[in-house]
Amino acid sequence: MSKYLLDKFLFTVDRDPELVERYREDPAGTVAWWEAEQAGLILNCHGQERSTWPAFSDVERDALATHDYPALFELGAHNFLLLTLFIALFERDYAEPLAFQREFAARLSHWSLPYPDIST
Amino acid sequence: MATVAAVIASTHHPFYYKASNATGADRPPFADEWVAKIAAFRETLTAARPDVLVMVGSDHFHQLWLDNMPQFLIGKAPFYDANWYNEEREFGLPRMFLRGDEDLSAYLLRQGIDSGFDLAFSNELRIDHSITCPLITLRPEADLPIVPVYTNIFAPPLPQPGRFAELGRTIRRLVEAWPSDKRVAIIGTGHLSLELGGPRQFGPHGPDPEFDRKAVSWIASGDLESALAEVSLDSLWLPGNATHGFMDFLLMMGVAGDGNKADYSDSLDLFHTMEAYFTWYPEATAEADQVRRTQ
Repeated sequence: MSKYLLDKFLFTVDRDPELVERYREDPAGTVAWWEAEQAGLILNCHGQERSTWPAFSDVERDALATHDYPALFELGAHNFLLLTLFIALFERDYAEPLAFQREFAARLSHWSLPYPDIST
Repeated sequence: MATVAAVIASTHHPFYYKASNATGADRPPFADEWVAKIAAFRETLTAARPDVLVMVGSDHFHQLWLDNMPQFLIGKAPFYDANWYNEEREFGLPRMFLRGDEDLSAYLLRQGIDSGFDLAFSNELRIDHSITCPLITLRPEADLPIVPVYTNIFAPPLPQPGRFAELGRTIRRLVEAWPSDKRVAIIGTGHLSLELGGPRQFGPHGPDPEFDRKAVSWIASGDLESALAEVSLDSLWLPGNATHGFMDFLLMMGVAGDGNKADYSDSLDLFHTMEAYFTWYPEATAEADQVRRTQ
């Protein structure tokens, strides 16, 4: 299990307009490519100095590959990164302002405190 | 020595820029009241005639990342580009370009480290909306040099609440001792009760109006003692999962000084979160103390 790697995926996709679109259109393919090619990149470091060990658990990979944000919340993905990226992915599909944000809240409404631990 | 011309604390609602510029059917019903409140708040900084702005905020996972996460960081650069693609995308924020005051940055870093805060620094920092939102509300010309101070309120393990207050007291003391004739405004933004990416987000009010009422009272009255007695890293989850940003208000209460009432306070109950605005004028307080002493 790697909450850090989940957050790293959300972080690196959210900051890149092309990756946001790619993840929206092809979530499973983007996650597979990212885990194979990008997961080990240390930001600001040359590709030759990549980390050799980061990998998703099956549950994490599946949650990302299916855009399952309630599952990602439960796995301890950082709430801010999760919200920001998923707004970018899906807000456009809703006619009313904030409708996606409210649906996001409703789909997590079975949660009460304490929420899943986001510590990495 | 430098003069602390104003101490200002507020929330940083990223939707203000869009709401205030919207017209016709796109303009939200609360926009006019919001703009009027911001205009009055802006005047509290303008009246202080600042030369330089120390800006306290928190990077929202833009440049600072979990592979190398500082707790407290001061920017030391001649210039700062500002706002990020995802802030442009979600909030419609404009790209901005700000001048830095490297002398004050260097001074605060050296003296801060020597005062017990092992501050991180950055010589190339792209600023995000925690600092640009208060510039848009308080100084939209963005014509004054800044010294950015970033705190970690997002990525556990976080510093304790008392540490934020102590850093604020230290910044105040150091700025007052800065060998310069400049007028410095110290401005910081934080969160009241706030939920982001959780079941209580984007409700008709902030997630915990009772916490907001207490927090506004603590800040307006400068009651750092009560605030610190009541909040902890554990308790701040209760009002909302992004409420640790309240610790930047604690920092600003430290800058304002324990027990010092705000000279100006205002708030606005909005969807999702309450907005709140506070200004202290240390010169006026010092003059009043002087008058009291001589009577």
